[in-house]
Amino acid sequence: MNEFDLKKMVAQASSWEMIRALGGIGILCSLLIVFTFKVTLPIIEKNKAEYLEKSIFNVLPGATNKVTYKVTDNNDVERTDTNESGVRKVYAGYNDQSELVGIAVEASGQGFQDVIHLIYGYSPEKKAVIGFAVLESKETPGLGDKIQNDPAFLNNFEALDVALTDDASAPKNPIEMAKNGQKHHPWQIEAITGATISSRAVTKILKQSTEEFIPIIEKNLEKFKRNETS
Amino acid sequence: MNSSESSLSRFDTDAFIKGLWRENPVFVQVLGMCPTLAVSNTARNALAMGLATTFVLIMSSTLVSIFRKFIPKQVRIASFILIIATFVTMVDYFIQTISLDLYRALGAFIALIVVNCIILGRAEAFASKNTIGTSFLDALGMGAGFTFALLCLGAVREIVGIGTVFGISLFGPHYEPWTVMILPGGGFFTLGAWLLFFNWLKEREKKRQAAVLQIEKEAIQ
Repeated sequence: MNEFDLKKMVAQASSWEMIRALGGIGILCSLLIVFTFKVTLPIIEKNKAEYLEKSIFNVLPGATNKVTYKVTDNNDVERTDTNESGVRKVYAGYNDQSELVGIAVEASGQGFQDVIHLIYGYSPEKKAVIGFAVLESKETPGLGDKIQNDPAFLNNFEALDVALTDDASAPKNPIEMAKNGQKHHPWQIEAITGATISSRAVTKILKQSTEEFIPIIEKNLEKFKRNETS
Repeated sequence: MNSSESSLSRFDTDAFIKGLWRENPVFVQVLGMCPTLAVSNTARNALAMGLATTFVLIMSSTLVSIFRKFIPKQVRIASFILIIATFVTMVDYFIQTISLDLYRALGAFIALIVVNCIILGRAEAFASKNTIGTSFLDALGMGAGFTFALLCLGAVREIVGIGTVFGISLFGPHYEPWTVMILPGGGFFTLGAWLLFFNWLKEREKKRQAAVLQIEKEAIQ
C-alpha cells in the first residue's frame, strides 16, 4: 500500500461515518443487553432464592418452611418479607408442625483464594450448630474445596457446641480448630489434611459469626418460636 | 475468492469443516489458550465454555458480516469489540438462568470470552470480508472446533484427575485421583499431549502424501 492509497483510505471515512457506525452499533448493543437483562433477571433472582432456600433447608434438617428475620441495630429481630440488602438477616426454619427447628445464618470471610461465603444452622434446643454448607468459594480444586463436600469435615457440623456463657453474651467455648485426629471437645473443628488454610478460614468465619449472632438469637428466641409479626 | 463465487456450495462446507479440523483453533492455530487451559478441568465446564464461546462467535461473526460495509476501517476494532462484548454479557445472563453452579464453576472466564482472540480474529480476518452465510458457517466451524478441543482436554483431565466423566464415576470409590490433572499444571500436560498427538497425525499425513507423489512420479517416468 503506497502513500496515495493510504491517503485515499483515510479520506474515505468521514467523521460522520465513524460516529454513525459506532453510535449505531452502540445503540443496537445496548438495546440487546437491556432486553436480555430484563428477560433473564426474574429467572436469575428465582434461581438465587431457590439456591439459598435449598441451602437453608440443608443446614436445618427437618425444616420445611422458612421465615426471614432482619436484625435491627439494637440486636432485636423483626420479621421481614422484602428482599432488602445491606441488613443483617437470619432465617428461621420450621417443620411441618410449625415448630422451630433452628435458625440459619449466612457468614463470610477471607479464605485461601477469595472470600468464602457460607451458611450454618443453629439449633436452640441442642445449643449447637447442626448444619453447614458453602454457598460460594474459590478454594483450590481438589484440596481447599473439600470444605464443601468432605464427609469427615462436614461431620464436624452435626453437633458443634456453641452453648453460651451464663450471662448469654458469648459462646462459653469459642469454636477452635483441631488437627486431624485430635478432636477432643464438641466445640472443635477437625481440619482436613492438605486443606489447613481453608479449614482455618471456615473456623474463623464460624467463630466470629457465632459470637455475633448466637447471643442475638438466644435473646430473641421466644419471638422466633412464636413466629409472629412484631 | 474467485473460486468461492464459482462453486459456492463446496466452499461453504469447507468454511465449516476447516475450523473443525484442518485449522482447528486450539490444536492447529493454538489460539485462545487462556480459557482452554483454565476451564477444561472437567468435561461439563469444557462443554459449557465451548458452547458459550461458539454462541458469541456465531452471533458476532454474523453481525460483523452484516455491518461490514457500514463500519469504516478506522473504527473497526472498537466496533467489533463492542459487538463481541454485548454477546458475552448476554451469555453471562443466560448461564445464570441455566445453573448457578455452572456459573460459579466458570467464574471470571465467561467475562473473559471478550478477549478470546479466536473471536476477534475471525471477525477481523474472515467475517469483515465475507458474506453473511459464509461468515456464519465459518464461525460455526471454528466454534465447533473449539468446543471439540476443549472437550478433548476436559474429558481427559476429569477422567484422570477425578475419576469421573460428566460426573459419572468410572473407576469406583477406590480410585486414587491424580489431583494435579485438574489443577493448572494438568492443563499444560494434557494440552501438550494432545498437541503432540495432532502433530504426529499431521506428520504422518504429510509423509503419506509425499509417498503418493513419489509413486506417481515414478509411474510417469
